Amino acid sequence: MTEFTPVPALLGGALIGVSAVLLMAFHGRIAGMTGILSGLVPPFSGDWGWRAAFIGGAVFAPVLLGAVAGDMVAFQSEVPALWLVLGGLIVGAGVYYGSGCTSGHGVCGIARLSPRSIVATFVFMTSTAATVYLIRHVLGGF
Amino acid sequence: MIRLIPALATGMIFGTGIVLSGMSNPTKVLNFFDFAGTWDASLALVMAAALAVTAIGYRTVLKRPAPVFDKVFHLPSGRRIDIPLVGGAAVFGIGWGITGFCPGGAIPALGLLEADAVIFTGSMIGGIALARFIRHTRAASLAARSA
Repeated sequence: MTEFTPVPALLGGALIGVSAVLLMAFHGRIAGMTGILSGLVPPFSGDWGWRAAFIGGAVFAPVLLGAVAGDMVAFQSEVPALWLVLGGLIVGAGVYYGSGCTSGHGVCGIARLSPRSIVATFVFMTSTAATVYLIRHVLGGF
Repeated sequence: MIRLIPALATGMIFGTGIVLSGMSNPTKVLNFFDFAGTWDASLALVMAAALAVTAIGYRTVLKRPAPVFDKVFHLPSGRRIDIPLVGGAAVFGIGWGITGFCPGGAIPALGLLEADAVIFTGSMIGGIALARFIRHTRAASLAARSA
């Protein structure tokens, strides 16, 4: 069980939006984690500086938040390590070929009314829900 | 160097938003998708708020001639709904449904210093690197053949 948390959800979502708008304003880039990360794996893209800075900030802020307001930070995971490894490979390959993930397609792309992003988001949300149903309700969970 | 400060600050805002919203909490994410079980609607509000702010903010920002640190806005221009897009998205969903981690949730989760986040993210970067390597190798061999 996890509780319905409307206020942190709305606040956190708004911050995600603010960061997307700022990245567009300063660097003219979509705040999609797939696209940003892809330029940081070989063959490296020439503009790795802002990419590394953005990712550095995205990792560092939770470290700070965990230190000063640990009770605002919840983390629960019940997935066995082997499945995390397998799932990681699947997610990495999927978002690369699909040209984006929840942040790139789901937020930035839909905000621009991109047809590709609308289709991609519908497909991955459906696929995720189907996978969760299969694992939890057909196979009985981990 | 000075150009990296806004990118760093923007990344910090992103990371704070993700962690606060619960997008970096795998069990909470999986519960959002579990309509037949322990459904937690929170993530619908995350998406709604993020979308509203981005849609409104983009309208203002994209009216400007160019971003602060670049000559052009880099907006994806492709419109084709093709197999890589739909297939990739479907595959991504399988991995998201197994683990509860998406890329934008996993990177900030590294800052929570949780072993599960490290294992997943390492593997995910491996998956991106492998897919990128295959695409670039294939593109290079096609170019060599047509030359």
